[in-house]
Amino acid sequence: MVLAVVLALLVIGSVIFHFWSPWWFTPIASNWGSIDDTVEITFWITGIVFVAINLFLAYAVFRYRKKKGSKAHYEPENTKLEIWLTVITTVGVVILLAPGLIVWAKFVNVPEGTAEVEVIGQQWHWSYRFPGVDGEFGTIDPKLYSFDNPFGMNPDDPNGQDDILVSSQEVHLPVDEPVKILLRSKDVLHNFTVAQFRVKMDMVPGLVTYMWFTPTRTGTFDVLCEELCGVAHYAMRGRVVVDEADAFQTWLSGHPTYAETLIKIPADVHAGQALYAVCSACHGPDGGGNAALNAPKLAGQHAWYLERQLNNYKAGARGTHEDDVFGRQMAPMAATLVDDAAIANVIAYIDTLPDDAAPATVTGDAKRGKKLYRTCAACHAPDARGIWSQKAPRLAGMSDWYMSNQIKNFKQGIRGTHLKDTYGGQMALMARMLRNEQDINDVIAYINTL
Amino acid sequence: MEHIAIADQVHELHHPKSWFTTYIWSQDHKVIAVQYTITAVSVGLVALGMSLLMRLQLGFPDTFSFIAPYEYYQYVTMHGMIMVIYLLTALFLGGFGNYLIPLMLGARDMVFPYLNMLSFWVYLLAVIVLMASFFIPGGPTGAGWTLYPPQAILAGTPGADGGIFLMLVSLAIFIIAFTMGGLNYVVTVLQARTRGMTLMRMPLTIWAIFTATVLGLLAFPALFVSAVMMSLDMKLGTSFFMPAILSMGETLDHDGGSPILFQHLFWFFGHPEVYIVALPAFGLVSDVLSCHARKSIFGYRMMVWAILAIGGISFVVWAHHMYVSGMNPYFGFFFATTTLIIAIPTAIKVYNWVLTLWRGNIHLTVPMLFAIAFIFTFIHGGLTGLFLGNVIVDVPLSDTYFVVAHFHMVMGVSPVLVVFAALYHWFPKITGKMFNKTLGMIHFWLTFLGTYAIYLPMHYLGFLGVPRRYYALGSTDFIPESAQTLNAGITVAALIVGTAQLVFIVNMIWSMSKGKKAGSNPWGATTLEWQTPDTPPKHGNWGPTLPVVHRWAYDYSVPGAKRDFIPQNEPEEDASASGNRD
Repeated sequence: MVLAVVLALLVIGSVIFHFWSPWWFTPIASNWGSIDDTVEITFWITGIVFVAINLFLAYAVFRYRKKKGSKAHYEPENTKLEIWLTVITTVGVVILLAPGLIVWAKFVNVPEGTAEVEVIGQQWHWSYRFPGVDGEFGTIDPKLYSFDNPFGMNPDDPNGQDDILVSSQEVHLPVDEPVKILLRSKDVLHNFTVAQFRVKMDMVPGLVTYMWFTPTRTGTFDVLCEELCGVAHYAMRGRVVVDEADAFQTWLSGHPTYAETLIKIPADVHAGQALYAVCSACHGPDGGGNAALNAPKLAGQHAWYLERQLNNYKAGARGTHEDDVFGRQMAPMAATLVDDAAIANVIAYIDTLPDDAAPATVTGDAKRGKKLYRTCAACHAPDARGIWSQKAPRLAGMSDWYMSNQIKNFKQGIRGTHLKDTYGGQMALMARMLRNEQDINDVIAYINTL
Repeated sequence: MEHIAIADQVHELHHPKSWFTTYIWSQDHKVIAVQYTITAVSVGLVALGMSLLMRLQLGFPDTFSFIAPYEYYQYVTMHGMIMVIYLLTALFLGGFGNYLIPLMLGARDMVFPYLNMLSFWVYLLAVIVLMASFFIPGGPTGAGWTLYPPQAILAGTPGADGGIFLMLVSLAIFIIAFTMGGLNYVVTVLQARTRGMTLMRMPLTIWAIFTATVLGLLAFPALFVSAVMMSLDMKLGTSFFMPAILSMGETLDHDGGSPILFQHLFWFFGHPEVYIVALPAFGLVSDVLSCHARKSIFGYRMMVWAILAIGGISFVVWAHHMYVSGMNPYFGFFFATTTLIIAIPTAIKVYNWVLTLWRGNIHLTVPMLFAIAFIFTFIHGGLTGLFLGNVIVDVPLSDTYFVVAHFHMVMGVSPVLVVFAALYHWFPKITGKMFNKTLGMIHFWLTFLGTYAIYLPMHYLGFLGVPRRYYALGSTDFIPESAQTLNAGITVAALIVGTAQLVFIVNMIWSMSKGKKAGSNPWGATTLEWQTPDTPPKHGNWGPTLPVVHRWAYDYSVPGAKRDFIPQNEPEEDASASGNRD
């Protein structure tokens, strides 16, 4: 009796939950409304079946529960009924399947003349490539992946010279233009998902997979990786900005072609030394840092990391949060480096400074920290020397008080929340695993042992 | 020449001589079944604990220092693999299969008792190897239960240095154990049925376990070879699954392998695996429903054909797990079609369960409550499968919490409800004691309502687009804050359900010694295991003579019969006349 009532209530409750729940697909931003339609059809058919069978079940339990003197009916089979049920079910299945397959055929077949964009996934960030004026992508050789050739471009392929390389987590696409997304991975499986576009596809190393869609409204949309790709999977976030055609072209022209990235002007250490005079006031003439002035050690840090942070400061991606007192001091200093050459020069000079380990100032339980550090090691390396491909800086031998401050900044949203600081955003997600002061001190104590 | 069933042949059983050979190093299928069950349930409790830790992180992020991403992914992986393989597969086939096959068929034991014993000990070894990975540096693998390469064996994934290898070795050992047990079940069903037990008189439990075992014997080799191949990639530098890639800033020496090849092998095993778990649940629940509704199972022949059809088709649907894997998308047409076709025999089974209750005389006993709850959750889980099976509908939902909710409803909650139905149902036969009914009721209501409270809302996280296997969501524009509230609610429900299982454990342990004595056939069931001369049945099961079967397994409430059930071994003249066996 109770069971019959509960079953009926669960059915009613589920229906109410469905209609009243605020949780449903995010508004669509692509041409794939037909996918939403197939979901809708499936919902109605399965919903009706769910309600019908379960209410029948509840009624049967209620009506035929054991009563004094009651006896069950003896009817082992009813072929006619069974055939009818089979036929009805088959019809239901056909109604579900047919529209599904029709839409799938549209998904599989990309319209003629669709523009192509390549999305590249790697642990744990995104980058993008456009084919350039010739409309053809140059070939990629995975054996060529390196710091100097992060896209693995084949240098001898003429098609590749004008390819536009976007070394950023953010990509722009023009509105109302169909786009075929070619998907590549440099390392493990990933999956390119934009919830508003409805479509997704895995990225498989050794293969180029694809999908297509037409963005139908402008806006900014989160890109999530939806195939488990290691310990920082959940921090692999990118962004698609859908622009009007003009704004898209402007954005695209701000990125270098492959040929342009090959032109490297050698940095001038002497010029850098002159520029460093400003820096040395706080960071010290030897780049060793100065805790009293809240200036961290620079010597020994990877050049690409220093470059990124200086650019972040200059672009306002760092040092603009109102609670970031010391970052706000650094921002105007970074602004004194007028161009890319100035940044390259000063970094080249820092690279010549002696790399003596910064003194340990943070105390904690290194043994416990070692366990926590297992997660950190995936990007910062087991020896905490940093990894270029992970875009993760060196930690070992650097200013520990500074790391402690920065982890807190990341946790409190002072750093890593600016839209342009997408790699910082990843660290902000990771830093939350350190729940309290104790966790932070322990993990830094371990880093100090490396 | 007259056919002589193996069990009928004059052949001395191996008789144990000491306590050790009776209860530990035992060749008795019933003891082995209990050993399998206790081991599987114990390891399942470990996996349950890990799911609660995951839920704590998801429900209350930024709270618990002992759950870093590294550990979280280890819990995800070990929870999944333990539940699917080491709990459900082992419990349904090693536990229920071992206990019920000889008893329901009127055999004295499995055909190869010694091999059967080895099967358990090798299974235990597999469990120990798996558990050992918790105690090595780096801990167990965190590659997700699907163990997809290249990730599974690369730095950046927890346990890539050792945990994954122990996992692969443990799986290989498990498959050896399963093969020893599985061959036994198949041969016993085919060769050791007692006189009169024709195939179409077998209880559905046997049909289902038999079919599931055949599936296992055909499917597990695919997992075995992929475990071997991945081990070779890892230890010898071969490139079965490894293309040329970058890892931790350096290009590796691998070249030319295919990660998708692994996925095909894995799911060629993995989808039949779903039915290796589901089919025994279908069979057991059919027998529980029929018995407690006091009504013959509706459409027995159709039920048998449905089991066989599901078993057959389950081998040609595997790539519906891979619609967005990057395989050739044209496969989608074929696999969506086969997948939706498999819904038809599955639906028939559901109809027939409900129609079994229709015009029945439903005794709402504890096992019956679980069985009826199973119908409810299975309908839910089955219907959401129609979303994911239909290739284009799968695309927005794939890799979201909708998938997690679906497979937990259909492959977690539903089979586990059957496990409880079956454990309560056969507990009096296995132990000779009755369980405590009140505790059973408490356990039922907390488990049934609690799991529904967990998994119904979880589907809606999936519709929102919340991805699975995320340690933390952080701020994602399209996901509202309220998703976190929902997650916290789900976690609370999960903690309640998890705790409720202690009620079950307590009930079982307490009742085993303190429970009321149960008669030999407390439910008034027709099948042979309830007609044994002793309860619990002794070694050899049947005393001096084997039972002879006169009828099918579902003669409940036969018009004109003296009682509302007629045991399978009761001759026609006794059933309607006064002479009942006991």
